[in-house]
Amino acid sequence: MRTWQEEKRTWKERSELGAPVISKRVGRSAMAKVKVGRSLVWIVLVLGALLMTAPFAFLVTSSLKNQMEVFMYPPKWLPIPAHFSNYVQVFIVKPFHLYFRNTLFIVVMNEIAILWAASFCAYGFARLRFPGSKFWFNIVLGTMMLPGIVLMVPTFVIFSRLGWIDTYLPFIVPAFFGGGAFNIFLLTQFFRTLPEELADAARIDGCNEYAIYGRIFMPLAKPALAAVAIFTFLNGWNDFIGPLLYLNTAEKYTVAMGLALFRGSLLQTRWDLLMAASVITTIPVLLLFFLAQRYFVSGIVMTGLKG
Amino acid sequence: MQKTAQWPRHRVVFTTISARKALTGYVFISPFILGFLLWFIVPIATSAWMVFHDWNLISEPRFVFLENFSTMFRDELFWQSLKVTAIYSFISVPLGLVLSFFVALLLNTKVRGISVFRTLYYLPTVMPAVAGAVLWAWMLNTDFGLINLLLRTMGLPKVRWLVDPNLALPSLILVSLWAIGGSMVIFLAGLQGIPDMYYEAAEVDGAGAWAKLRFVTIPLMSPVILFNLVMGVIGSFQVFNAGYLITGGGPNNATLFYVLHIYRVGFQYFKMGLASALAWVLFLIVVALVVVIFRYFGESVYYENRATGARDS
Repeated sequence: MRTWQEEKRTWKERSELGAPVISKRVGRSAMAKVKVGRSLVWIVLVLGALLMTAPFAFLVTSSLKNQMEVFMYPPKWLPIPAHFSNYVQVFIVKPFHLYFRNTLFIVVMNEIAILWAASFCAYGFARLRFPGSKFWFNIVLGTMMLPGIVLMVPTFVIFSRLGWIDTYLPFIVPAFFGGGAFNIFLLTQFFRTLPEELADAARIDGCNEYAIYGRIFMPLAKPALAAVAIFTFLNGWNDFIGPLLYLNTAEKYTVAMGLALFRGSLLQTRWDLLMAASVITTIPVLLLFFLAQRYFVSGIVMTGLKG
Repeated sequence: MQKTAQWPRHRVVFTTISARKALTGYVFISPFILGFLLWFIVPIATSAWMVFHDWNLISEPRFVFLENFSTMFRDELFWQSLKVTAIYSFISVPLGLVLSFFVALLLNTKVRGISVFRTLYYLPTVMPAVAGAVLWAWMLNTDFGLINLLLRTMGLPKVRWLVDPNLALPSLILVSLWAIGGSMVIFLAGLQGIPDMYYEAAEVDGAGAWAKLRFVTIPLMSPVILFNLVMGVIGSFQVFNAGYLITGGGPNNATLFYVLHIYRVGFQYFKMGLASALAWVLFLIVVALVVVIFRYFGESVYYENRATGARDS
């Protein structure tokens, strides 16, 4: 491995051996080089973006074709005329409106539970000093690293003993207990960045810790809470293994589960409808993503990579 | 007690205040502690008990001691699922890391439309797993999928992506590379945290683009790389959706991922003890891998701030 000094030396040697010494002309060619480099980067990015988005384009065009056009060769690249009726049909074939309602219910309950529980715990970890807080925070970090799938079997057994199978309780109740290690961690990191003077001023005014948490820190934590809310929405909306394990009645299915059921059903050859259903499932998350993009990145940055 | 009576008065006051403070602290973190006990310790204990029993959730559990483990190790499907998952992990994780690092480097430049590119590259990551699986099953369909249609228009023979047992797993690895957005964004955040002055200093020393990457970017990014590597390995051993939804574990068990195997044993054959044993083995494998990664790569990680292990920029 070459060290810094060695690398420097080779550069020096090179210039001594008659390699181009910096001059005005080289300066200009270096500018040109940067330009060439940038266009190269741009071309690679465009090609990559095409690869990334082509599946989406194929998804949308397939969803607008009719039953026959999907299987045509040579392929019909553009679905003209567009069969928007596929989107209506999806709702006739499977009660996707029910799936939407069920998923929304789970997601909203999760949001309430997680935004409260995770921020409440995070305030304790970030702003209060008490014996054992470090120990418990290490446990938060530990559970974050643990492969959650390991708990899948015993958790199912416990929920089935509690009689929670085929209800929404397995999705909602655990969320009230801490709201997930990742969310606690993210909010703790955020609360730590806020100045202690705020809390001190409130204490002098006679606020107790609960009031400081609720009235001062929660309003200030809006960006971080937004990030948590987005991750919660995505997890709830996209979760598949949870509904697969805990829901048995078709009317109680979530969107993800409904789509999987759709795929497994007799309509397997109706790729047009299946694609339309996939688009319907994807639209809410895409909308959220476009509307709240900046909170995504800030949320990831907050998890400690920069702070 | 006599000893308490001898304590100076202010000491007593101090203890009650700190006791009250501790109580407040524990009230705040109590949801987590309760959750940890209820949804972590209780399941772990249940699982540890189930490992030694033969139980289908309905009949009386029967104590079998280590029989679940011997059954498991004699089961061909266990070894098959381990092989599938190991191959998947060892190929898709490094490939995904290199690719997402490369893309993050490109996305960290200041070319035109960069924010659009960032959005487009992240898009596949937010797509619901089921929709993504349905989409890729269609994309890779032998007769009508987009990829084979493109091959056919170029005059190439069609490839039996998900039908050929030798190609099914490589196909799923390729699909996994589509959604590299998660690690990419983390890399990007890390790259943006590197102060410009380091690059300027390197330029003064005559470093070219490669030298800057090799001696500035990669060392400074090593904690992020380690983080993504560990998270990638943990995630790859828990892959379920791709196997369950795209290929159903087939053809001929070529994509029988470990968690899919656990799912079948536990929730289709209702062998709770065997499924728990499988889960424990998975846990031990993942822990062992993480320890190995930290041992071999942890040393070469560069921390700007050794004391906390975190970079503050």
